[in-house]
Amino acid sequence: MASKIGVYICTGYGIGEALNVEQLSSVATKEYKVDVCKTVSSCEADDLDFIKKDITEQGLERAVIAGPSPRFYATGSFPENVIVEFVNLREQVVWCQPANNEDTQMLAEDYLRMGIVKVQKMQPVEAFPESKDIDKTIMVVGGGIAGITAALEAAATGYNTVLIEKSAQLGGWMAKLKKSIPRTPPYEALEDTGIEEKIKQVQSNPKVKIFTSTEIETIKGGPGLFDVTLKGPGAASFRVGAIVQATGWKPFEPKNLDHLGFRKFANVITNVELEEMAKNGRIARKSDGKDAKRVVFVQCAGSRDKAHLSYCSSICCLNSLKQAAYVREQSSEGKAYIIYDNLRAPGHYEYFYKKMQQDPGVFLTKGDVVRVAENADKSLTVDVEKTLLGENISVDADLVVLAVGMVPCSADGEKIRTVKDAKAFLASGEGGPQVDVMKKRIEDIGQHEGTEILNLDYRQGPDLPTLQYGFPDSHFICFPYETRRTGIYTAGAVRAPMDGLGSVEDATGAAFKAIQCVEMLSRGETVLPRAGDRSYPEFFLQRCTQCKRCTEECPFGTLNEDVKGTPLPNPTRCRRCGICLGACPERIINFKNYSVDMIASMIKAVEVPDEDEEKPRVLVLACENDAYPAFDTVGLKRLQYSPFIRVIPVRCLGSVNVIWINESLAKGFDGVLLLGCKYGDDYQCHFIRGSELMNTRGDNVREKLKQMALENERVQLHQIQVSEYEKIPTIIGEFMETIEQVGMNPFKGM
Amino acid sequence: MSANGKILVIGGGISGISAAADAAELGCEVVLVEKEPYLGGRVIRMNQYFPKLCPPTCGMEINVRRIRQNPRIKVYTLSEVEKISGQAGDYTVTIRVNPRYVTGKQPVTQAHLDAVATEVPNTFNYGMDKTKALFLPHDAAYPPLYVLKKDALTSEESQRLKNASPGGAIDLDMKDERIEVKVGAVIIATGWRPYDAVRLDNLGFGRCVNVITNVMMERLAALSGPTAGKLLRPSDGKEPAKVAFVQCAGSRDENHLPYCSAVCCMGSLKQARYVREKVADSKVTIFYIDIRTIGRFEKFYYDLLEDPNISFIKGKVAKITEDPVTRNPIVEAEEVIPGKKLSEQFDMVVLATGIVPSIMDSPIAGVNLTCDSDGFLVDSPNGGGIFGAGCVKRPLDVSRSVKDATAAVMKAIQIVRR
Repeated sequence: MASKIGVYICTGYGIGEALNVEQLSSVATKEYKVDVCKTVSSCEADDLDFIKKDITEQGLERAVIAGPSPRFYATGSFPENVIVEFVNLREQVVWCQPANNEDTQMLAEDYLRMGIVKVQKMQPVEAFPESKDIDKTIMVVGGGIAGITAALEAAATGYNTVLIEKSAQLGGWMAKLKKSIPRTPPYEALEDTGIEEKIKQVQSNPKVKIFTSTEIETIKGGPGLFDVTLKGPGAASFRVGAIVQATGWKPFEPKNLDHLGFRKFANVITNVELEEMAKNGRIARKSDGKDAKRVVFVQCAGSRDKAHLSYCSSICCLNSLKQAAYVREQSSEGKAYIIYDNLRAPGHYEYFYKKMQQDPGVFLTKGDVVRVAENADKSLTVDVEKTLLGENISVDADLVVLAVGMVPCSADGEKIRTVKDAKAFLASGEGGPQVDVMKKRIEDIGQHEGTEILNLDYRQGPDLPTLQYGFPDSHFICFPYETRRTGIYTAGAVRAPMDGLGSVEDATGAAFKAIQCVEMLSRGETVLPRAGDRSYPEFFLQRCTQCKRCTEECPFGTLNEDVKGTPLPNPTRCRRCGICLGACPERIINFKNYSVDMIASMIKAVEVPDEDEEKPRVLVLACENDAYPAFDTVGLKRLQYSPFIRVIPVRCLGSVNVIWINESLAKGFDGVLLLGCKYGDDYQCHFIRGSELMNTRGDNVREKLKQMALENERVQLHQIQVSEYEKIPTIIGEFMETIEQVGMNPFKGM
Repeated sequence: MSANGKILVIGGGISGISAAADAAELGCEVVLVEKEPYLGGRVIRMNQYFPKLCPPTCGMEINVRRIRQNPRIKVYTLSEVEKISGQAGDYTVTIRVNPRYVTGKQPVTQAHLDAVATEVPNTFNYGMDKTKALFLPHDAAYPPLYVLKKDALTSEESQRLKNASPGGAIDLDMKDERIEVKVGAVIIATGWRPYDAVRLDNLGFGRCVNVITNVMMERLAALSGPTAGKLLRPSDGKEPAKVAFVQCAGSRDENHLPYCSAVCCMGSLKQARYVREKVADSKVTIFYIDIRTIGRFEKFYYDLLEDPNISFIKGKVAKITEDPVTRNPIVEAEEVIPGKKLSEQFDMVVLATGIVPSIMDSPIAGVNLTCDSDGFLVDSPNGGGIFGAGCVKRPLDVSRSVKDATAAVMKAIQIVRR
């Protein structure tokens, strides 16, 4: 370990008053014999400038700055090619512990030890080798308004683009509309969709290569290196860098809505059918082709109904208002009735709603449509209850239009994979109780097989995992484009029900993310949430036992397997969470700057007092994005907690390797607290399943505790939000009480 | 390539931050200008986001890290864009940096804090509490710097501060500064402000002490807020057991905001959950015209419908007065179904005030922005290299603002790479 290491200890913010800095410095100089150890009066601009300059002048390769939290620094301004780490003496020592106290001093010294060991164990990060070969072509799947927009935007930014459309024509649903709802001020008049012009633009754009009547045979590789094979008349193979999936929607099929008479009465149609009629010239009764003068629109036909389509499709209210305008335009005697539950015209669309309300030929009322009956002349009578007038009404109609919702054209990659696995299991001839489980599974979700769209060659399934209701959307409010497959971004109605304007915005952003992804990959960086991180996991495969935990647990489908089950890394798919590192029982997965050995060495660097000193030690492994900042806030608020804890931030709780827990207990730590993000349906883990996976690894931990004859209570996992700082002193306090009850770890000093 | 590859982002809320980080991660140089002393805009003052009820600070932690670590982003807080001249691909921007009086060269110490006793209204908490005139704007403020309200200081305090700052931690002589930067494209992400509830004369805000707005409610529910996350009503600091939400307070109203603000329904449903979770056995009534829980948000609504302590009343609130003794707000409303008048006392009333674009509050010299009749920015094809992002264009929730910001970056990149 010949690297030149420097330590800078900041004495500002009360650190100098609360700690014996000289003694602290001697940890660096005497115990670790670092090359440079200096004190600075603060970590504000003047002092930081000095540190940065000194790092360069002293020719340091690694530096430790002990002062404020690592979250304090604008690290973008630090010298490149120097490994700099921060020891949190401010928020997590002097601001939350009594000054000039033996235990406070020990805490500070341990943190400094851990910081120095950390930089000793870190290696300079180099971009993954494939970053030199990144292809920057953008592929867009789906040729509707979202797909065309994505292709045009990517091309306009200078990127070669491939546009794949399953049907023979471009334009999707937008091309089937007579008019669009109002999108420009004063938001009152129907507008041309403009889709023909867009189609012309994309067809004549030299940067866009279009394949119609074409589907995807397979996509191998990963972002920047996707090898795509198409099937269809234009079958071809080529490489692309990132993908925008804009596969759109299909109308909800209003099955089991018997009371509405669909497919029973000729003149009950869907909003999609009405649009087609309007576009082709005339809104007429299906039964006899006569002009439809009285048209009743039934909103939420199947939507917002747990028995059918649970969600709201967002645009059906506006669409019916638009179609009411068609009815009124066709004939001055035309009358449109819109029966709704809640009329949803968000934002500027309120103007259009108001405009239509003013039309005497348009009747709007809240109400429940309880029955549609057919009369002798094939006209219809619609019975409505709970209307705004407080009474039940009956409306006669030439046509009843069911405002049916939007169903995403997606494929659930995880379910498809599950079905395939189940079938493979049955084919293997293996018996046992699993046979029935697998059979049931195939029965339940077998219908997903054959729905493939992207046909990704991914261990974890051929398409994006979906969220609720089949939408392959992001679960993240702050990062709405983050799907669980790196470099593949969804746009338009496939990811959420949305209007044309929303689809255009969505597709523009998705195309940007695709471009951003290939650019970052070409610099060796990953995308959100660890955007800019150039470290990547390396696998020492000679020692792999093919246990498949890493390939199973990666939330991003990074790893494929060879026939034996050995992981096949795809660094461009990786988001650097370290969950594979946490999963690996052989400890053969490591990053240059985040390794099993690095954290284990930090744990070993802690000085654990003998049992008779009655100073327990508790290791806290905390999610660096949420739990760790919450600790900082505890300090900022000057709340106090036990000085016997030692906090190590981890990339994700899922990156915690059980060996760290085992080794800390073997070393004499009295307990381990694992603090991660909320899991479950509303999970907050930005690596999807990190804290949940750690929880499931608890079985391994308990097994180890049993072997060591230690109590289960010594290891606990808590879910904590970044904002819930006030819980931290309580969690720690209660845990210390538990430790007191179960007693000190008998392995101390062994 | 245009003359200048840099992008200016005006506004450091969720849209501006997202745009700045996205552009910089692509490889562009970015100048981010924010008029408040911290980044985070409106969202950092929210307690939780719908529909997941997750804290905004979680995503902000990631976004601030994206900014902290990226040398391509230059952040100016307490700053405003005064003037933009030039054309797409080649703009000259004048930024006014207002004095913070805290230099960031040396730390603010206990001696500084002890030197100041004067308190000022805490604008972060919408004035519901006070803070020292030398303060950190909020717990996770970025940049992590104090701010000094110099005008509020007594002369003794000023002197004490001077004495405590031999190293220049605080500089009372700081003046506003003009900086000129050249950029190729501009993203305007100046966001929104809540509609001024005082103008809703009939709804009693400002007259009835226990009538508050939805943005105030976010602070009352937040652990970092004026009541440390305890839901307490203003008049007597007691937990309100019976709370009413008044939807469309100003929105969808010709006399105020003719448009729908798009987020207030989900906002109030979320806040109804705050009440139900924080106050045992509490009862909530929501007065609405239409509940607009679009898309997947519907689930949030129907989950609430199952709570017997939450009632939904379709009807417009006509008037709110106050019981002079209990200070309870009295809500008079027209219940549409079954069509009757209603008068009911509550412990507290929350007005769901809407979104007003704030771009017109401080016009930028030199640019002719096209706005619609409500003041929302309209991206025009002849707008050159200036693009809107987020609520400056239309009322949007957080996710849609972020998506819109990303889309705006795409447009800006096309200009700077031209």
